[in-house]
Amino acid sequence: MKISRRKLITTGVAATAGLAGLAVADRMARRYGLVPPDHCGVYGPGETLDYAAQRLLTRHSLAREFSRGMISKTPFANPVAPPTDAFKKLQAGGFQDWRLAVDGMVARPGSFSLADLKSMAVRSQITEVACEEGWSYIAEWIGTPLHEVLREVGPLPQARYVAYFSIDTDWWDSIDMADAMHPQTFLSWGMNDGDLPVGFGGPLRMRVPRQLGYKSVKFINRLTFTDSMKNFGKGLGSAAPEGGYAWYAGI
Amino acid sequence: MILCYSARVSTATSPVLKPVRARHSAVVRVTHWLTVFAFFALLISGGEIVISHPRFYWGETGNVNMHPLFTIPIPSSRGTVPTGYGFEMPDQNGWSRYLHFEAAWALLLTGLVYGIVSLWTGHFWKDLVPKRGERTWRAHWAVIARYLRRAPQDDAEAHSYNAVQRVSYLAVIFVLFPMVIWTGLALSPAFNAAFPWFVDVLGGRQSARTLHFFITGFLVAFLVVHVGMVILGGFKSRMRAMITGRAAARRERL
Repeated sequence: MKISRRKLITTGVAATAGLAGLAVADRMARRYGLVPPDHCGVYGPGETLDYAAQRLLTRHSLAREFSRGMISKTPFANPVAPPTDAFKKLQAGGFQDWRLAVDGMVARPGSFSLADLKSMAVRSQITEVACEEGWSYIAEWIGTPLHEVLREVGPLPQARYVAYFSIDTDWWDSIDMADAMHPQTFLSWGMNDGDLPVGFGGPLRMRVPRQLGYKSVKFINRLTFTDSMKNFGKGLGSAAPEGGYAWYAGI
Repeated sequence: MILCYSARVSTATSPVLKPVRARHSAVVRVTHWLTVFAFFALLISGGEIVISHPRFYWGETGNVNMHPLFTIPIPSSRGTVPTGYGFEMPDQNGWSRYLHFEAAWALLLTGLVYGIVSLWTGHFWKDLVPKRGERTWRAHWAVIARYLRRAPQDDAEAHSYNAVQRVSYLAVIFVLFPMVIWTGLALSPAFNAAFPWFVDVLGGRQSARTLHFFITGFLVAFLVVHVGMVILGGFKSRMRAMITGRAAARRERL
């Protein structure tokens, strides 16, 4: 095969420009927080593209809300692990003693009861829970927007993630500050005009309607603000990637 | 395939008349095979995801407490799905989902490169839009009739697509792939938050999922016919043309 000089130069320039472009893209991505905690490995590029594209294009969008008539009459909840004794004791007391501990990179760490949360703000949204398996339902979610808690505790400027933990100790996850500040991200304690049933995550469930159902972790009792997910579990951002699932579930 | 291939060689009696002329441009060849890899990754991982809930619905919502539009009669990888089988398949959704979305990016970026370059070079107009005289039912029917008779193709066809090929490829490139990407994006909760009409015009989330499944079915049907025709038309020469770009202008069946 004969390669002309012009072709060689063109290819060289294109390759250099491509490499430089990639290097710049990588720097920009890190600078603007477009790299997810589980960016390593074979599936890292796809996950990073998903997350970066959504953060660039859809950062401030609102999840679709539905009319009251579209609320599912037969919602479905995945079965949960049998409750621990600690959970049963709290349940017997009507969850009066349920506490949400907030720590990490915040100015005023604290601990909040359900009543404390309700006194901050009460909001509702009629949104769809979409499971990664394919099924879905619509419900009215009543709760306290997470950003109200943020205002209460004052995250430090370097905080980049909020990790949230279930009383079921194997179950934890995290979201970035864009989702944490998002008006539809709720600490939800009510559903369809009643208390949030235990099967659906009561007494307190994180609701992240712009991501798939598995980010909406049930039985939340602790939040931690952090600048890096490296020291949580295997450092992939949540329990989900350890089980093979993507940290960012907005796809 | 090996069998078909060797059978083909033994019946290919015509000598090579004049070798070499790029049958497929480098961009077409590279993007073709990237698409093949991405498509198989999407198909396998998509199949895995379906196994976790082999029920399909129409409208916005659907779950095991609701009536399905139809059910695929296979066991599920989730105990919560009533399938009638007494066992569960292993759960492979985690890596399947990672792979699905990574391959979707590969497909999308490959498609963008192919589309932009093809617009630039005029590939669509030159090679894919049916020729002026062939934009009739009669012209298409003539090709199909020739396929059915298994008559040898004329020399011109060794270097360009016939009317039926052109229309099929255009349909795959401009209808099926865009539709499968559209219905897939409509399932992304963050994407459809930003562009709600993307899912609303399809009739809701579950409709989008069902359509995603059916369009995949059409793509698989195309794949089966496509590979079948390659085998009938001369597996070795067609593969060589799509890999090296070179086509020997010899008479072939089809």
